[in-house]
Amino acid sequence: MDYLDQLEAEAIAILREVAGQFEKPALLFSGGKDSITLVKLAEKAFRPGKFPFPLVHIDTGHNFPETIEFRDKLVEKLGEKLIVGYVQDSIDQGKVIEQTGKNASRNALQTVTLLDTILEGKFDACIGGARRDEEKARAKERIFSVRDEFGQWDPKRQRPELWNIYNGKIHKGENVRVFPISNWTELDVWNYIKRENIELPSVYFAHERDVIMRNGQWMAASEYLNMDEEDIITRKKVRFRTVGDMTCTAAVESDKDQIDDIILEISQSKISERGARMDDKVSEAAMEDRKKGGYF
Amino acid sequence: MDILKFLTAGSVDDGKSTLIGRMLYDTESILQDQLEAIQNSSRKNDDGSIDLAILTDGLKAEREQGITIDVAYKYFQTEKRKFIIADTPGHIQYTRNMVTGASNADLAIILIDARKGVIEQTIRHSYLVSLLALEHVVVCVNKMDMVDYSEEVFEKIHADYHSLAIKLNLHEVTFIPVSALKGDNIVNNSLNMPWYKGKSLLDHLETVPVREMDALLPARFPVQWVIRPQTEELHDYRGYAGRVASGAFKVGDTIKVLPSGMKSKIAKIETFDGEHAIAEEGKSITMHLEDEIDISRGDMISEAERQPIVSNLIEADICWMDTRELDTSATYFIQHNSKLTRCKIQEILYKVNINTLEKVNADAFGLNDIGRVEIKTADELAFDPYETNKRNGGAIIIDSRTNVTVGALMLRAAL
Repeated sequence: MDYLDQLEAEAIAILREVAGQFEKPALLFSGGKDSITLVKLAEKAFRPGKFPFPLVHIDTGHNFPETIEFRDKLVEKLGEKLIVGYVQDSIDQGKVIEQTGKNASRNALQTVTLLDTILEGKFDACIGGARRDEEKARAKERIFSVRDEFGQWDPKRQRPELWNIYNGKIHKGENVRVFPISNWTELDVWNYIKRENIELPSVYFAHERDVIMRNGQWMAASEYLNMDEEDIITRKKVRFRTVGDMTCTAAVESDKDQIDDIILEISQSKISERGARMDDKVSEAAMEDRKKGGYF
Repeated sequence: MDILKFLTAGSVDDGKSTLIGRMLYDTESILQDQLEAIQNSSRKNDDGSIDLAILTDGLKAEREQGITIDVAYKYFQTEKRKFIIADTPGHIQYTRNMVTGASNADLAIILIDARKGVIEQTIRHSYLVSLLALEHVVVCVNKMDMVDYSEEVFEKIHADYHSLAIKLNLHEVTFIPVSALKGDNIVNNSLNMPWYKGKSLLDHLETVPVREMDALLPARFPVQWVIRPQTEELHDYRGYAGRVASGAFKVGDTIKVLPSGMKSKIAKIETFDGEHAIAEEGKSITMHLEDEIDISRGDMISEAERQPIVSNLIEADICWMDTRELDTSATYFIQHNSKLTRCKIQEILYKVNINTLEKVNADAFGLNDIGRVEIKTADELAFDPYETNKRNGGAIIIDSRTNVTVGALMLRAAL
């Protein structure tokens, strides 16, 4: 079997295990390419039936407008349910405090909104698009990853995961994060998107945009980014390799607007995908620490 | 292009992480920002060169202690193949991690320190590889640079290991003399060992055939989920969704549903992308039968001819994975493919001393212990002996109090 078929079959089997083992699962949808791929895999796992779970989006309020537009169109086309948790609500309720300063981002705040949304929806399993090749703490993540009542990941108490058998048994209050594309690499995702002709938000393809230079990276100039006189806005042809918040996702200079060219560009790139994520650059263990706190 | 999943077994001192780091480094699988992060790290080799082992240390505690605690998965590819490495710790206290890593691997690399030869831990690692029935073993005799690249040293270890392999029933064993630190015979053939005529490690990994015999295995299909849209236009639609565990199913085949024993024929095999005449091992499909029979998650659809064993009294090998000891009076859960039922581990027949391979009596059975047990399950399981079909012969034990996976089972026979 070709490797993409192999990865696809594994992901479909994992999604069906979620359906079979849990009472109230949800699919965490960010509007990025990985979660869009998950949606395609869910179609493959459950059609002609309905998805046995809603899509859940944690909206920081700082998303690319193109992502939100894409999300709403996709949900309409699928005919599936979408639940949105707003970080703004968590701020308004005083549960989190907006960061200040030049590098302020809502990235860290969304963990609280995520955990509240999980609690409110009584979700016992949350499917996510994280991959083991993204980051070294993620390389040790299980496919079924148990979180305690506080949403915490405890890397030292992970369950052994053998063969294709996934243990989703949990106590009330706990939930499981499920990562069906754990074994995919960034290139696998792109090659799959190409093979399956999956539509993506336009920000993934080269476009003209106002950007400013921050810590050696091009950031999209937007109302969400705290700017001062030192910031010089330039117009560049860019695309985004990974799409999170506008405040923490850096653009790469590129004129590639066709998927084949993008795949070629990525395969020749000397920088890893998460090299464009400011949220990972805080410290060597930035991802590990956030995961322990309940992050995606 | 296909995928080869392999496991590396060795201890801190064998240079296992260095070997993996070397493979990633020499195949240019490490990107600039990742390399910078390593170069900025305070840990260096004695000669000041970068420590490739850091590449595989994921967790804070691991970096602090310079050890691997958990299974880490690494990905790289060459023009010929994609690779998934399960990097597992080799120390005896991490036996369960190695078992976990081995459960999904096609091939194991066993590292032997050229200065030490076959030692206790080599026996342990090799035993686990044979227990988990891995198809291929590559013995890498590492640190050849420390023994002056001596052919004699290599040949002695080769001979010693050969007799161990026979004892453990390991058939496909390949020997390669390497130095992970210096890069000898890892990606390129070494100029330091002209006497070695075989392939470099990477060359071997790129070309070794895997899963060749799988097509001959009996057809097994554990049902994961029943698709019933119950809409007006698809009122009678009833599709059994799952992944073919082994063998192949064809439209028109007579099948048997287990444990009920009901027979029917395959009416249709479909995926999102259309209908198919045949579905082979590993494919996730939806199956339709000619007759309406009661089938739900946990049932097994098998070819009618070569049926699996159906029993609720089972003899199995077990690796215990929890700090709380095995309790022969407790009720556990057992999960076998999509089937979950309750069970008791009624009797411990013996424990294996995995350093000497002796069978010993076991009064207590604790973390990392391996041995043979008798199990009684609430519902019958439809299984194949693990050694003949590992896709349908493995199961896990779940503690019903903590919900933790506490044991790995290799099912062997009905009692």
